[in-house]
Amino acid sequence: MSLRDTLLYVDGVTVTFDGFRALNALSLVLEKGEMRAVIGPNGAGKTTMMDVITGKTRPDSGQVVFGADTDLTRLDEPDIAALGIGRKFQKPTVFEPHSVWDNLLLALAGDRRPRFTLWARETAEERDQISGILQTIRLAEHRHRRAGDLSHGQKQWLEIGMLLAQKPQLLLVDEPVAGMTDAETEQTAELLREINRTRSVVVVEHDMAFVRALGVKVTVLHEGSVLSEGSIDHVSDDPRVVEVYLGR
Amino acid sequence: MSRLSISVTLALVLGIALVMAVLNLALPEGAALHVPTYAVSLAGKYLSYAMLAVAVDLVWGFAGILSLGHAAFFALGGYAMGMYLMRQIGTRGVYGNALLPDFMVFLNWKSLPWYWHGFDNAGFAILMVLVVPGLLALVFGWLAFRSRVTGVYLSIITQALTYALLLAFFRNDMGFGGNNGLTDFKDMFAIPLHADATRSGLMVATAVLLCAELLVARYVVTSRFGKVLIAVRDTESRTRFLGYRPEAYKLFVFVLSAVMAGIGGALYVPQVGIINPGEFSPANSIEAVIWVAVGGRGTLVGAVLGAVLVNFGKTILTGALPELWLFALGALFILVTLLLPGGILGLLSRRRARPAPTTPATEPAE
Ligand SMILES: Nc1ncnc2c1ncn2[C@@H]1O[C@H](COP(=O)(O)OP(=O)(O)OP(=O)(O)O)[C@@H](O)[C@H]1O
Ligand SMILES: [Mg+2]
Repeated sequence: MSLRDTLLYVDGVTVTFDGFRALNALSLVLEKGEMRAVIGPNGAGKTTMMDVITGKTRPDSGQVVFGADTDLTRLDEPDIAALGIGRKFQKPTVFEPHSVWDNLLLALAGDRRPRFTLWARETAEERDQISGILQTIRLAEHRHRRAGDLSHGQKQWLEIGMLLAQKPQLLLVDEPVAGMTDAETEQTAELLREINRTRSVVVVEHDMAFVRALGVKVTVLHEGSVLSEGSIDHVSDDPRVVEVYLGR
Repeated sequence: MSRLSISVTLALVLGIALVMAVLNLALPEGAALHVPTYAVSLAGKYLSYAMLAVAVDLVWGFAGILSLGHAAFFALGGYAMGMYLMRQIGTRGVYGNALLPDFMVFLNWKSLPWYWHGFDNAGFAILMVLVVPGLLALVFGWLAFRSRVTGVYLSIITQALTYALLLAFFRNDMGFGGNNGLTDFKDMFAIPLHADATRSGLMVATAVLLCAELLVARYVVTSRFGKVLIAVRDTESRTRFLGYRPEAYKLFVFVLSAVMAGIGGALYVPQVGIINPGEFSPANSIEAVIWVAVGGRGTLVGAVLGAVLVNFGKTILTGALPELWLFALGALFILVTLLLPGGILGLLSRRRARPAPTTPATEPAE
C-alpha cells in the first residue's frame, strides 16, 4: 500500500482523561475507498477515536493525517467537517424541531457562513439532492415530519442521510444499528455498502452479525489500542480477542 | 410564530396606535372618546418595551442566549437619544448656557466632553443609537461566544455587564448627568416635544418601528440562517460537526438584537421624558425576560403581548400598591415557569400544535 492510497493515518494517538488513558498510542491506517469496522468492548476508546478525528478532543500526543498531509489535530470541528469528514453519533442527534427535509437541507454541502444562509433560497438542485437522499434513507413519505417525532431507527437513518448530504470523503459512523430491528439492521448494512461505493467509511459497532454482514476488514480496539486486525473470521479466532470479550 | 399570528399582531399594533392617535388629536379634551395625551405616551412606552422584548426573544427564544443584560442596550440607545435631546434644549436650560447642558454647568465644566460632540446633529445621534449598542454587543459577543461561554455563565456575565454600566453611569464625572440622568427635554427635530401631535406621532412611530422589527426578526428566524440558529440553540455541538460556526451565528443575532433594543430605548426616552442610570439596573433586564416568558418564548408575537400585558399590569399595580409590584412579578414568573412553560401563546396554540406521539410506525403517509 503506497502513501498515496492512504486517506486517514492515525499515528500514535494518546488521549488521557484525568490520568486515565482512553487512547493509548493508537495507530490505524485507512485506505481511500475502504470500509472499516471497528469493534471492541465498552470503554475501549472507539468513540474517543472519532472525537479525535473530528476535532472534538485534542490528543495529548500523536497525529491524525488526512489525505496527503493535513494534520487534523490542529483543526477544529467546522474546519474538519469542511474538509469532508462527516460523523454520525452514537446517540442519534438530529435537529428535533426541524422537519426531516430541513435537517437534510442544513446538512447539504454548501456555504456555511451566516452571510450566505441569511439570504439563501432553496434551489431546484438542492431539492433534487434532498429528494434523492430521502429515497436512499427510505424516509420519503416522512419528509414533512418533525425529526423529533421519528422512531429511533428512523432518526438513525436521517442522521446517515445528513451525512450523505454533506458529501464527505470519509464517514465516521458510531453504532448505527443500536436499537434497530433485524430487518432495519440488514437494510442499514446494505445502505452502508452502497455508500461505500463512492466514499470511505469507518463503522463502530457491537453487533457482530452486522459486522459480519458488512464483510470488511475489522479492527479490534481494547484499552485504547489495537488488539487485532483482519477479517472477521481472523479476529474472532484470535485468542486475545476471545479473552477480552469473554473475560470481561 | 405563524404568518397569521404575525399579521394579526401587526394589524392590531398599527390599528390601535392609529386609533389612539386620532382620538387624541381629532377630539376635544372633554369628549367621551377622547384619549388623553398621557395615555398616548404610556402606550408609546409599552411599545418601546415591546421592542426590547422582541430583541430579547430573538436571542433567548431562537439562539438560546439567555441575556440578563439586554436593558443595557436599550438604555444605551436611550442615552444616545437623550444626548441629542439635551443638545436641542440650547439656551433654554436653567443656566441658559448655549454650549453646555445644565448639569455640566453645575459641575463647573468649561467645555463639552469630546464624546458629546456631534450629538446636536439628529442624523449623527440616530447613527449612534444603532452603533453604540451594536458595537458593545459585537465586542462582548465576540469575546463570549468565541470562548464558548454558554448557559448560566453567559447569563451571569450579561448581568455583570449591565451592572458595570449602571455603576459607571451613576458617576458624575462620566459626563452623562450622573444620578439624575438626562431630562428636561424641550424639542425633538426642532418640534416641541410636549405638543400633543408630537406625542401621538412618537407613539405611532414606535408602533411602526415595532412592526418593522417584528418583520425583520421573523425574516431572520424563518430563513435558513434561522434554521441553523435553532439547531445551534438545541444542539450546538452537532452543528459544528456539520461545518457551521455557532459563534458566528450567535454573534450576528446578538448584535442585531442589541441594535433593536437600542432603537426601542431611543424611542422610549422622548416619550417618558427622562433617561437615568436606573435603566441599567439588572432588574430591568430580568423583567424583560419575564415579559417574554409570560407571552411565550420563541414566538416573537408573544414577546409583544407579554411586554404590553405585564407593563399594563405594572402601571395599575404600582398605582394602587407600589410595594407589591416586585412580589407580583416574581410570583408571575414562577407561575408561568411552572404552569405555562409556553407562555400565553403556548396556551393559545396548545390544541393546534400538540406534539405528535413518538410512535410513528403506524402513522399514515401524508
Ligand atoms: N470526556 C471524558 N472524560 C472522562 N472520561 C472519558 C471521557 N470520554 C470518554 N471517557 C472514558 O474513556 C473511555 C473510552 O470511552 P469511549 O466512549 O471512547 O468508549 P467506547 O469504546 O466508545 O465505548 P462504548 O462501546 O461504550 O461506546 C471510557 O472509559 C470513558 O469512560
Ligand atoms: Mg462509544
